[in-house]
Amino acid sequence: MTEERMSGAALIIRALQDQGVDTIFGYPGGAVLPIYDEIFKQNQLRHILARQEGGAVHAAEGYARSTGKVGVVLVTSGPGATNAVTGLTDALMDSIPIICFTGQVPTHLIGNDAFQEADTTGITRPCTKHNYLIKSPDDVARVVHEAFMVATSGRPGPVVIDVPKDVQFAEGVYQPPSTVRHRSYNPQTEPSSGKIDEALDMLAAAKKPVFYVGGGVINAGPEASETLVKLVHTTGYPCTQTLMGLGAFPGSDPLSVGMLGMHGMYEANLAMHQSDLIVCVGARFDDRVTGRIDAFAPNAKKIHIDIDPSSINKNVHVDLPIIGDCGVVLTQLLDGWNAKGLKADGAAISAWWEQINGWRERKCLSYVQGKDIIKPQYALERLQAHMDKDPREGYITTEVGQHQMWAAQYLKFEKPNHWMTSGGLGTMGYGLPAAIGVQIAHPDALVVDVSGEASFLMNMQEMSSAAQYKTPIKVFILNNEWMGMVRQWQELLHGGRYAESYTESLPDFVKLAECFGWTGLRATTPDELDDVIAKMIATDGPVIADICIAKDENCFPMIPSGAAHCDMLLGPNDQANSSVSSGGMTLV
Amino acid sequence: MQDQPIEPHTLSLLVENEPGVLARVIGLFSGRGYNIESLTVAEINPEEHISRITVVTSGTPMIIEQIKAQLDRLVPVHSVNDLTAEGPFVARELAMVKVVGKGEPRVEALRIADVFRARPVDSTSESFVFEITGSGEKVDAFIDLMRPLGMTDVARTGSLAIARGR
Ligand SMILES: Cc1ncc(C[n+]2csc(CCOP(=O)(O)OP(=O)(O)O)c2C)c(N)n1
Ligand SMILES: [Mg+2]
Repeated sequence: MTEERMSGAALIIRALQDQGVDTIFGYPGGAVLPIYDEIFKQNQLRHILARQEGGAVHAAEGYARSTGKVGVVLVTSGPGATNAVTGLTDALMDSIPIICFTGQVPTHLIGNDAFQEADTTGITRPCTKHNYLIKSPDDVARVVHEAFMVATSGRPGPVVIDVPKDVQFAEGVYQPPSTVRHRSYNPQTEPSSGKIDEALDMLAAAKKPVFYVGGGVINAGPEASETLVKLVHTTGYPCTQTLMGLGAFPGSDPLSVGMLGMHGMYEANLAMHQSDLIVCVGARFDDRVTGRIDAFAPNAKKIHIDIDPSSINKNVHVDLPIIGDCGVVLTQLLDGWNAKGLKADGAAISAWWEQINGWRERKCLSYVQGKDIIKPQYALERLQAHMDKDPREGYITTEVGQHQMWAAQYLKFEKPNHWMTSGGLGTMGYGLPAAIGVQIAHPDALVVDVSGEASFLMNMQEMSSAAQYKTPIKVFILNNEWMGMVRQWQELLHGGRYAESYTESLPDFVKLAECFGWTGLRATTPDELDDVIAKMIATDGPVIADICIAKDENCFPMIPSGAAHCDMLLGPNDQANSSVSSGGMTLV
Repeated sequence: MQDQPIEPHTLSLLVENEPGVLARVIGLFSGRGYNIESLTVAEINPEEHISRITVVTSGTPMIIEQIKAQLDRLVPVHSVNDLTAEGPFVARELAMVKVVGKGEPRVEALRIADVFRARPVDSTSESFVFEITGSGEKVDAFIDLMRPLGMTDVARTGSLAIARGR
């Protein structure tokens, strides 16, 4: 075979094409001009221009999470790379496969404080799964292919490839993906033998079991979700989902007890608290989920299925760790259960369901919708009702705050990859660019960003990208004029001293929409709401719907920081009686 | 969990000898608040560009387990062995100790060095540099004795370790 030689920049494009990449999100600058030149010369790869590099990474995250593919980003050196850091950290925390190319000053200037030089590999080392600085054009193809393997295998995550400008110009040899193997990196995907049998014994013996499932199931692909549904149905056990795991198991399924954690369902948290067996699948016993760790599920044995050994025994000691791909392990559990003809303890399990149904009866999501002011819960229920009637596939992204938690509580999640929210990092400004990325991947879908007015302002420059690419995303702002989640904590923990949490000088969102070429709508009373939602959904292009909601509504249920699952606040009445421990105060 | 005892562990890593690999290992310790008591690194297989990192750390059993899993997760790390957990191992440190002086203290320093099997690797009429290898405690003891005899400088490697037997 004759060697194929081309410039480093052309090698990057060629390698991306061979990896099946069709879209790249980015922002140009001096240190990546040769790569942009190569993008210009071809039309297999589509470039989506963000309006800030942070927006480009979040858009790529939305693209990746809604497709299961890698999100690819291209930014320039220095400020381009540093602007990307928040998105990279976000992708690391939520295990999203991203490959981010950063330009770098020419090799001979590295270390000289050259114009727009930053130590990109140094800065991004702790916020990526791995990163590379390419020193020779002959390494370009190998590194790109290796980066795809690292980003997508094991626990997925972001990878940065820093490419000095001289390497982009210099000629090197192309290597196809099949030639690349890694010597030291080889994550385990098949569980060790014996573990499955042990897990099956524990499953069959359980009297108060609960499946606790997270984003790992979604990362394992839609088949993993299907297998999970079968396993849960075969056993008849309840299933709760994390914020990241919403959609991994259908929310409408009678065996679903909903989301757990700080703002999770009463029945989900109590089921965890009282269970005798927790089967954790692709979740990580995060502090938002466990509450006070020494009071967490005191009587439960724990099985933890995860592809990342470092997630095991990090926060909570587990009795049976199973390292492996969630899909593979779930399949082996299901097959094993059937092959052995195992049966759940019928009497115990129906008693357990009776208890759970008792908790359900508390109707922890109830709220009162008056005549004058729109409650956020009601707005979301109406949004869901309208989306249900729409024939298009619906996708939801969110920003961060109360609206995010309400969206998680009041919207319905039936399928994986349809819910995109910044879980681990909690990045305000995530939802708008993520929605653009989702819409780029699914042009015919109905994509809604459930937003807060404060979060929206953090990345609103991306309105211009949405206008350019005519992505008809719908931004549904639950506008309470406050950084509501901050205000809620100040009310609960800081004696109602509302330091800097009122969002002064808000723009007129309707006019703001119009000046970017979007459509702007507003609802201020409950009877205006349905019309506005209907119009929003029916409008062709991008829309802001400014939903003016109750300003002082708090998000319940809530487990205050440092409290146990059994100490939930269900509403304003509990709130009056609650006192948060001084230890809890210091937690976030 | 909190009341588990804190114990020292000697970890032995094989890593790709590539730029940034040491920064990844050290950054992991500082970023996650783990202890490094000592760390040594050198290439041991030049053809395959493999280095060995020996790191002495301490923590509760749960933390040690975390440290190992986190290290193993780094892309350029080939293997992580917990020598403390895996069975008997030998650990040695090398130090070079400079002692400056004349007359009786100089003679005394030589005498003690002999007892510790420390070798002079450099000498002038007014100074010695002794090379000593041994356990950390032995090196500590030697340094303590040299200090009043005119010790002006020390360089030491930190612990190097390898499993006993096959
Ligand atoms: C980038 C960033 N900065 C600060 C925070 C802390 N924070 C969490 S929620 C929140 C308020 C969000 O306000 P808004 O978007 O209006 O949502 P609401 O809670 O009112 O629904 C803030 C400031 C954050 N999560 N992300
Ligand atoms: Mg708000």
